Amino acid sequence: MSDRRDFLKTALTGAVLLGSQSKLGLAAPPDVPGVPAHQDKFTHRLEPGKSKVVIARDAALHGSNGLLDEKHVFDLLDRAIASYTGRDKPTDAWKRILPPGPDKVIGLKTNGLGGKGISSHAVLALAIAERLQWAGIKPGNIIIWDRNARDLEACGFTINTDPSRIRCFGSDVSGYEDAPVAFGSAVNVKLSKILTRQCDMVIGLPILKDHSMAGVTFAMKNMYGVVQHPNELHGGGCNPFVADLNCIPAVREKVRFTVGDAMTSVYDGGPGFHPERLWQPNALIVGEDRVALDHTAWQMLERKRAEVGMGTFEAAGRPPRYIATAADPAHKLGYNKPEHIALVEI
Amino acid sequence: MMFRSRVSKFAVALIALAAVATFSGCKKKAADPFPATGSIAGWEKTGDTRTFEAKNLYQYIDGDAEQYISAGVVTTSTADYKFQGSLEAVVDVHTMSAPDGARKIFEAGQTKDATTVQLGDAGIAYAQSVVFRKGPYLVRIVAYQSTPTSQQALIALAHGVEAKL
Repeated sequence: MSDRRDFLKTALTGAVLLGSQSKLGLAAPPDVPGVPAHQDKFTHRLEPGKSKVVIARDAALHGSNGLLDEKHVFDLLDRAIASYTGRDKPTDAWKRILPPGPDKVIGLKTNGLGGKGISSHAVLALAIAERLQWAGIKPGNIIIWDRNARDLEACGFTINTDPSRIRCFGSDVSGYEDAPVAFGSAVNVKLSKILTRQCDMVIGLPILKDHSMAGVTFAMKNMYGVVQHPNELHGGGCNPFVADLNCIPAVREKVRFTVGDAMTSVYDGGPGFHPERLWQPNALIVGEDRVALDHTAWQMLERKRAEVGMGTFEAAGRPPRYIATAADPAHKLGYNKPEHIALVEI
Repeated sequence: MMFRSRVSKFAVALIALAAVATFSGCKKKAADPFPATGSIAGWEKTGDTRTFEAKNLYQYIDGDAEQYISAGVVTTSTADYKFQGSLEAVVDVHTMSAPDGARKIFEAGQTKDATTVQLGDAGIAYAQSVVFRKGPYLVRIVAYQSTPTSQQALIALAHGVEAKL
């Protein structure tokens, strides 16, 4: 426990990092015949035509002082990844998720937009960073990133660009591509150079939140933090902007895994911090299919709202329609129907 | 005759200038609603004030910005505070183009579990937050932790802000 505390303390200040244990090893298992085109790169399936989503919970995740218990967060992450990959050892499990080959750069895209109190938790990012190193990723090849320093500091990070250690900086440091890209309604999109030039793969670390326009913000909506002017993508309840943005090749191809932070959430009043609507699901939601993840997250929020006597997102006038759009034939980002989602709750 | 006319024009101009100067001197300065450290017992202003115009508000509250823009926000200013060295809070002051805009946002965020407090034109409080409106201003103060005295402390800070608006 004290070792872990030391790790977190030093990683947060960027002072010391753990050494790597081995090179990346296992390639993704062969594709399953008959799987729709949009699923053909997913590596972990229970069966063809289904996307796996794991919700891992720990009722004791928050200590009696209301703060996250670091050991429980590490353990919860390990359980979630083990369940998702079918590998008990974290090192083996992460090798199943990471791309093969040496010197891969892995980005961890957090979400600090809501400010302190409702941002991706630093302890989760650092737990993943530790496990990535176990799986052979060099510390300097791990980039924890978001829009800017403010968002990262809201999560509890300290900015560090020293390549000998875990790096942590925003797109305000890297800049955005000058040349805009587009897909559908998402036009003139200028992507962060962290996504386009630095990362081989990005793991999304969204935080589960209600959203005043989109209804729900989780895996796909987190990608608003990789563009220069996300405010231009908010019309129509963010539909079809969210789906279109996720279809832009760099977003679609590089953001391949999500460890969703549902340890703390706001079920109403989001995406900002509204403590009177705060909730502690004490969960992680992991998977590759961003649509299935968002559908699962949406249902969690609906259940919570019903529990406290609130109306549905539909009744509130902001159903997250972008989720169905993302699954439609024009986008094919994943599955949004329960019969196509293999939900595992542990 | 011509000389007298010029003199009188000059005198009129001088009087007008003096009137403008006098008026300007009496005019209230642009509001700085953020209480300085120590001016409210126990509260310390821990960061600089940051101000966002409507067009840049997404940089601060992307996703929430649109509702403020549609209500006529002109600027949003924000600053961090700390109470007795531990309770962290943020104060947001939204300056709307008219009182109606402040009312619109205030009422949209009001829920039945709020406690009504005497602040400005209308105010509500929760355990960790206080919201009030006064004229074109909408003020939201949020604490990041909850303590037995957090609501009381937030209301005291809110009164300090209100007095400066």
